[in-house]
Order: sequence, then C-alpha cells, then structure tokens
Amino acid sequence: MKTFKIFGWKFNITPIRICLLAITAISIVVVLIRMITGFGVITNLNDDWPWGLWISFDVLTGVALAGGGYSTALIVNILHRDRYHPIARGALVSSLLGYLLVMAGLFLDIGQWFNFWRPFISWGYSSVLFEVFWCISIYTTIQVLEFGEIVTEKIGQKFHTILKKTMPVLLIIGVIFPTLHQSSLGSLFLIAVHKMHPFWWSPLLPLFFLMSSFFVGAAMICVESTVASKAFHHKVSLNVLSGLAKISGGMMICYLALKVYDLASRNILPLVINGSLEANFLLAEIIIGVIIPIIIVFSRAGKTRKGLFIYGILASTGVVLNRMNVVFTAMAKNNGGYYLPSIWEFTVSVGLIAAGCLVYCFIVENFNIFGHTSHDQEQHRQSYKISA
Amino acid sequence: MKVILIAKAVLVDITKCIGCGSCSVACKLWNDLEFDDSRPTVGVEAQLNDVNWTAVQRHDVQSKDSPQALWRFVKQQCLHCLEPACASACFSKALQRNDSGAVVYYPDLCVGCRYCMIACPFNIPKYEWKKTFPLVTKCQMCSTKTASGEAPACVSVCPTMALKYGERSALLKEARQLVNTNHLYIKEIYGEYEVGGTSWLYISDVPFEQLGFKTDVGTKPLPSYTHNFLKYTPFLAIGWGMFLTGLSFYTKRRNKITSQKQADDDNKETTSRKSESTEETNNENL
Repeated sequence: MKTFKIFGWKFNITPIRICLLAITAISIVVVLIRMITGFGVITNLNDDWPWGLWISFDVLTGVALAGGGYSTALIVNILHRDRYHPIARGALVSSLLGYLLVMAGLFLDIGQWFNFWRPFISWGYSSVLFEVFWCISIYTTIQVLEFGEIVTEKIGQKFHTILKKTMPVLLIIGVIFPTLHQSSLGSLFLIAVHKMHPFWWSPLLPLFFLMSSFFVGAAMICVESTVASKAFHHKVSLNVLSGLAKISGGMMICYLALKVYDLASRNILPLVINGSLEANFLLAEIIIGVIIPIIIVFSRAGKTRKGLFIYGILASTGVVLNRMNVVFTAMAKNNGGYYLPSIWEFTVSVGLIAAGCLVYCFIVENFNIFGHTSHDQEQHRQSYKISA
Repeated sequence: MKVILIAKAVLVDITKCIGCGSCSVACKLWNDLEFDDSRPTVGVEAQLNDVNWTAVQRHDVQSKDSPQALWRFVKQQCLHCLEPACASACFSKALQRNDSGAVVYYPDLCVGCRYCMIACPFNIPKYEWKKTFPLVTKCQMCSTKTASGEAPACVSVCPTMALKYGERSALLKEARQLVNTNHLYIKEIYGEYEVGGTSWLYISDVPFEQLGFKTDVGTKPLPSYTHNFLKYTPFLAIGWGMFLTGLSFYTKRRNKITSQKQADDDNKETTSRKSESTEETNNENL
C-alpha cells in the first residue's frame, strides 16, 4: 500500500483500488457515450421494457440498501439507543454515498437529462414519482448537511457549531423523508396494477418497500462492518452488530407475516407452490432473503461475526431480488418482448459501485468516522478523567 | 379529475374497417413522422412505435360459420383515457388532458423518465430509443387540428367511415343504439367503462379479447390507486414528524434519568468508599 499526501489529504493506493479506479474510468467513458448517443447504442432498453437494470438496480435497490442511514438514525438519535452510536457515522457516510449514486444512476437513465430540474418548477403533484423526486432531493441535502458536521471538524470549522446546533432538527427531518420515499418507491407501482403479477402488486406495496428498506439497513451494516474491519482494522463490537441484527430480524418477522397475510387475503397463497416462474422467484426471494436470515439471527449463529456476515449478505440479496422481481419478473408476462441488460449497462452499474467504494475509502481515511463515540460517552469519559 | 362533458371522442366501427391504412398515412403526414418500410403500419406485423403513432393491426379470426379465417382490422393509437394514468404519473406535467379530452404531450416539460410507459395500461407511449435526446411519442388526437373544429387527420381521411369524430356522449348514444338493434354487433362498447372510460370507443362483431384488446383492465380509473396513497402523505409526514420529535425527547429524558440515577448510585458508592478510605487513613494515622 502506498500513501500519497496532497495538501494534508491522504490517498491510499492498493491493488484493489487500482482495479476500482480502472472500472470507474471505463464506466465514465460508457456514460459519456450514453450522453452523446442516447440509449440505443449502450442499452438494450426497448418499448416493451422501458425500465431496465439502471432503474431496478441502481435506483430502486440502491435506495433500499442505503436505508441503513435512516434506520440507524432512528435507532440512535430518535430512540437514543446509545450503544449503537459507534456505527452511526459509518451508516451515514454509506447512506449518503448510496443516495449520491442513486442520483447519478437516475441522471443517466433520463432521456432529457438537461431537463432534470423540471419537476421543481412544473409540479406534477398527482404523481408518486413527484413525491419520490422531492423526498430524495431533500433527504440527500439533509444528509450532506449531516455529513457537514463531520467535515467541519476538519475544514471550515467556523460552521461546525451552527451545524451541530441544527443537528437535532436535521436528524428528525432525516427520518421523515426516507420513510416517505422508501414507501413511495413501492407506491410507484400501484398504478401498474393490471401489468404486474399479483405476487408483487399489492395494495401494501408501500409498506413492504418501507419495511424491507428498514431491515436491510442493519443487514448492510453487518456486511460493511465486516469488510471495513478487514480493510481499516476497525472492529464494531459484536454486541452492537448482533443487537442491531435482532432489531432487523424482528422487522423481518413482521414483514414475513404481513406478506403471508397479504397473499392469503387475496387468495393467491396456494399459487406460491404451483411451480410457475413467478412462484419460484417469489420463493427464492422469501426463503433466501427473509426466512434463512431470520433463522440465523435468532440462532446461535446470530452471535458470531461469520453468522452475521452471512445474514447480511442473504438479507441484502433478498432485497435485491425483491426489487428485481417487482420490475422484471412481475411484468414479464404483460410486457412480453425481451430484455437482457447489455454488457455496458452492467459496466455502468458496477462502475457506480466502484466509484462509491473509492469515495468511501477516502472519507473513512480522512475524516473521523469510525473513531467517533457518543457525545455523552465522551463527556462521561472527560468527567471521569477530571474526577480521576 | 373532473370528467369534462363536452369531451370529444372517436367511434371506431371495426366491421367497417378494410385495412387500407389511409389513416396511418394521414397520421404520418400531419405529424411529420418518418416512413419506414421495416416497421409497417398495416398488417399482422403492424405495431406502434416512435414513428407509428397509429397502426392498423390485422387479426385472423376463426368463425363458426365458415372454415376460412375472417380478417378483422383494429386501428391502434392512444385511447385518450378520461382519467389518464400517464398524465397522473407524469411528475413534470408533460402529459396533460386538455379541455376537449385529448391527452397531449408537452415535450418541453418532459424529463424522459418513462414512468408514463410503466403507468399506461395499454402500453401506448413509445420512446425514441435511437435519438440522443429522446422524447416520448404517442397520438395527440391532432389537438392542434381539432382546436379549430376539424376532425383528427386519421378520421378525416377514412374512406369507409369506420371512424367517426364527435361529442363523446352523442357517439356513445349512437353506438349503444347500434349494438342493441343490429344483431351483427356484440353488445359491448370497448372504451365506455374501461379504466374509467376512454375517448376512443370501439364496436365490433367479434369479441374484443380475440382482437388483441386488453379486456382485463377493470373500470376503476388508475389514478385513484395512486391518489388513495398520496392523499395521506401530508398528514403522515406531519404526524410522523411529531411522533418522532416526541419520541426523541422522551427517550433522551429517560436515558438522562437512568444515567443520573446511576451517577447518583456511583456517587454514593464513591463517597462511602471515600469515607472508608479516610477512615483507613485516619486509622493509619492513628
């Protein structure tokens, strides 16, 4: 590993990061070609499949996986479970990056990208997308401000106290908006009632999207902290992780119960085992992404790092599968036609993640993300020192 | 959304259509669309796309009376719903239903998100996939032409009078009378109630599901599905915000009290320890 220092900023170069840089560079080229030539050259999107990989993965899944930010904020700053404080900053950073990537993905996917600001002026308030657009814009701004509190510890210190004072308000707004848009992302599909398979179209779609974004937050934190502990030698205490996973596991049980109730109340529960394509995808999503993770969390494996890592991977995969199913599997019969994402669409999706990882590493190595403990704890420690 | 009473409509009599394709030519001429032989506007292969805003699809229907298949032609284009899903789904108001009932696209307002394509139950809006700055395309019911009292281009060129333009209520009355008195027709008007009603109405002698019509779209206007969710949003946001604020204060105070208690207990312990230690030192001193 080589470390470059430029104007006091640390840049670490490792072989993995060179790979990530290369992927990012390639996808930037692809993005430029997309901007210049439209969709025809780069993507396989067509009239039967107007929404493809970029919307389903980069946007829908991206927002859900970035749900760790608001769910942690809710647990730490609203419920004041102080023992989870050490993960709050890490969750915020990855959530903020997630949202920035989502916005980048969305920007790529809109045809008239120079017109992206339109809905700020021309209010299509009857659209769910309008709500999503505003909520995501506002929430990303809030997250930037929340992150500002961390940045101003190092640069622009004069704004630090102001930001610190506004934090309680920001944190509450920063939970309201994600709640709204996580659920609205599900409601986007309410209008497609006649195009979707009833397994996934449900009047409860908003609730399903909201609940899954909440529980996948903890799952992502389990994955991230495992990876981060390898890369940055920062270990989140096992106690914190397993506690968090338990909260998320509880939510998963509610989710599963609601899902079963939803299918049963619409008399389509027996269809789940009829072996059709849709049924198999639904089963895969529920078993891999919900049932097995629940078992792990509430068994002995839920108290080991390895178990929690597997739990995290499975639950996240389940949410990815779920969002993909909503966009693709549920619509396959109605849309007809054919869509397989092109290699370039995959490249851009991977490139976005690679760019996100690089920025994450930079932030973690240059700002106080992992070393941060609760304010109260700090005070406690200081007072202890004084008394000692 | 209010249903406007003077809404105009087109009645399509499928029994009269001979599949000549004049309407699609007129459409291309009026809207200045490219002619592309590889993407026909008439026949079995005919499909809507960015240059075909209307297409006349041929269906071979098996009938009971004769061994030979019957040909039926179905003119496709935007149905101009009375409560259009696409317009309600558009987050920048690039699709709007105008006073005469046409659902019109305003390209300047379009962001290109293609949510309208997801929302439309009939899969009507198409996209210019090959252009650098692609737009959504669909039939506009010749809104600039009808504004001056004329019929849409396709209607005005139809040689067999299979298309008829007029007030929706009047056309409905006429169609109802026709299907009820003439045994040739099936007793149904497609578009009368579908997704809350459409401005293009069809009558036919062959059941609509055999002609590729979507007959499972229900009679409930699609925007209501969204509206039933969105109408609670402001209240949810405010209520949730108040709840969270309250909760935040409550848990903070609870933590404070418990930690204070702990601190008090600690203090007691330390003071008692101190007194012990002072006693010890005193003892030592002694």
